Amino acid sequence: MLKNVHFGPSVLPFLLVLPQIIVTLVFFIWPASQALYQSLLLEDAFGLKTEFVWFRNFEDLLSDPLYWDSFKITIVFSFLVAFLSMSFALILALFADRVIKGSGAYRTLLIWPYAVAPVTAGALWVFMFNPTLGIVSYALSALGYEWNHQLNGGEAMALVVMASAWKQVAYNFLFFLAGLQSIPKSLIEAAAIDGAGPMRRTIDIVLPLLSPTTFFLLVINIVYAFFETFGVIHVVTAGGPAGATNILVYKVFNDGFVGLDLGGSAAQSVILMIMVIALTVVQFKYVEKRVDY
Amino acid sequence: MARVVLEGIRKTYPNGFKAIHGVDVEIEEGEFLVLVGPSGCGKSTLLRMIAGLESITEGRLSIGGRDVNNLEPSERDIAMVFQNYALYPHMSVYKNMAYGLKIMGLPKAEIEERVKKAAAILELTDEQLTRKPRQLSGGQRQRVAMGRAIVREPSVFLFDEPLSNLDAKLRVQMRLEIKTLQANLGITSVYVTHDQVEAMTLGHRLMVLNAGNVEQLGTPIELYQRPASLFVAGFIGSPAMNFADAKIDAEGKNITISGQEALPLGDGGMPEHGGKDVILGIRPEHLELVVEAPDAVPMTVTMVEQLGADTLVHGHFGESRSDLTVRLDGIRHIKGGEVLPIRVAPDHLHVFDPKTERRLS
Repeated sequence: MLKNVHFGPSVLPFLLVLPQIIVTLVFFIWPASQALYQSLLLEDAFGLKTEFVWFRNFEDLLSDPLYWDSFKITIVFSFLVAFLSMSFALILALFADRVIKGSGAYRTLLIWPYAVAPVTAGALWVFMFNPTLGIVSYALSALGYEWNHQLNGGEAMALVVMASAWKQVAYNFLFFLAGLQSIPKSLIEAAAIDGAGPMRRTIDIVLPLLSPTTFFLLVINIVYAFFETFGVIHVVTAGGPAGATNILVYKVFNDGFVGLDLGGSAAQSVILMIMVIALTVVQFKYVEKRVDY
Repeated sequence: MARVVLEGIRKTYPNGFKAIHGVDVEIEEGEFLVLVGPSGCGKSTLLRMIAGLESITEGRLSIGGRDVNNLEPSERDIAMVFQNYALYPHMSVYKNMAYGLKIMGLPKAEIEERVKKAAAILELTDEQLTRKPRQLSGGQRQRVAMGRAIVREPSVFLFDEPLSNLDAKLRVQMRLEIKTLQANLGITSVYVTHDQVEAMTLGHRLMVLNAGNVEQLGTPIELYQRPASLFVAGFIGSPAMNFADAKIDAEGKNITISGQEALPLGDGGMPEHGGKDVILGIRPEHLELVVEAPDAVPMTVTMVEQLGADTLVHGHFGESRSDLTVRLDGIRHIKGGEVLPIRVAPDHLHVFDPKTERRLS
């Protein structure tokens, strides 16, 4: 609990928060309000004429089956990314928690993928899975499977999911490991005396106690999959084939800067903004209510 | 109920640190053995070795006639109460107590019966059984932790400083409850504590550990009356025993605290140690204030602590520098600077070898 310490009136506190306020204003409030305003405008592709159309952009958007397709793709994509990266990270963390010798080196190695930029990560996976050059697709064809994510929407989705999840595993791993290490050792010992084997202890004791971490990571991963995978998608599939990997955030870019439908693109951004605000609110509420064991 | 036998138990950690240097003890059926010592003496390690939470480097451990060195904790037929209780925070009190039984694969009806029985013994209400551990007070959590141990109906109870997280008043109450419970159930128990009062009140026998060595094993009264070493003498009893450098005279009849009058050694003296430099130990309660007696020693008072029931007088014998504490009954009006005639009861002198720190005589 923070104590409210009262100082005399002074300009110093205001000066101290000023840089933060300026950064927020310039890099968030201003562009956000621009997007909000833009979403109510209809502009021709050459920027010659602008019309204030109230919510028509939103109406168009919500009645567009392509938008709903993109919505569904995003849900599937983010669910798969979150599930894959979190389950891998959890397994790795459970193992790492048992490692005693060389755990530092092991951990450092596992954290490296997080330092790789999304575009680089995407490029890496594209190389491996390139239908003509890739080592993995070569191996797959040797097994009798013809991999071509440039033609097959399902394979394209699988590839962007793998690339995005791979990058996020490191982050999730760190949090899971920290969560595991904060579980009192005596609880595990008590369970051992109660006769629970390692597997049983994990399911009955460790996972329930890890649930605050899991929930936090779920929100973080969904936000990641929603907004931060743009680079991966751009490099690996560019939203294709035939829009199979066209997630919402990629559609904003595609419609706005390629299709030059600025109003529609802005309206999509506004919807995304509302979604991320909602997610953040959920997370904060939960984190605050979270019980300390 | 089972006999627990430790033979030559040693523990060496992978980094070469020797935590336990060979412990031999036979804990009888239904006995309450207390492991006591300062922090870092290896008492918790020894308990955890009995529990199976630490491996045994050397020696043999048997519970109920069965060698258990290489058995898992759950196979040793033990139950343990942890210092921080180690209750599963996400489970209700009922589930906490039932968890081990569920894993044993007991039928639901029997689990319920056993949990209800344990709850009744520990005076936990049905309403409390539905609560989560965090909704309970410290004393209630302590009861649940014991309940979890009781329901397993083990051969041996292991307690790892179970009262150290409670406040002083509750500690005294729970101490009595544990003693009563153990006496009623008659289950062999090993109890770890650093608190000598807890050790004295609970244990049938005490094992005093110091730096991984057994200093002494015996009943509380044996340890109090005949401490085997300087360490035990200083550790058992409160306020702690007074020590002073002293010399036994050539005939072994009297003992002299440096530069003071000679005190007679009771029971015919110690002729075999005649002329030896020793450490003399006297408990504060074995010094008495006398009016005028030929064998009284003058004590210079420096400080007085009034406890109501007793008065603790701190000072030193005459001009000697060794500190001395005297425990007098009731309220005494004594001031610093006074010189009191003090008599030492000759039957209550403890003489130790200054080199080996073991008891002489």
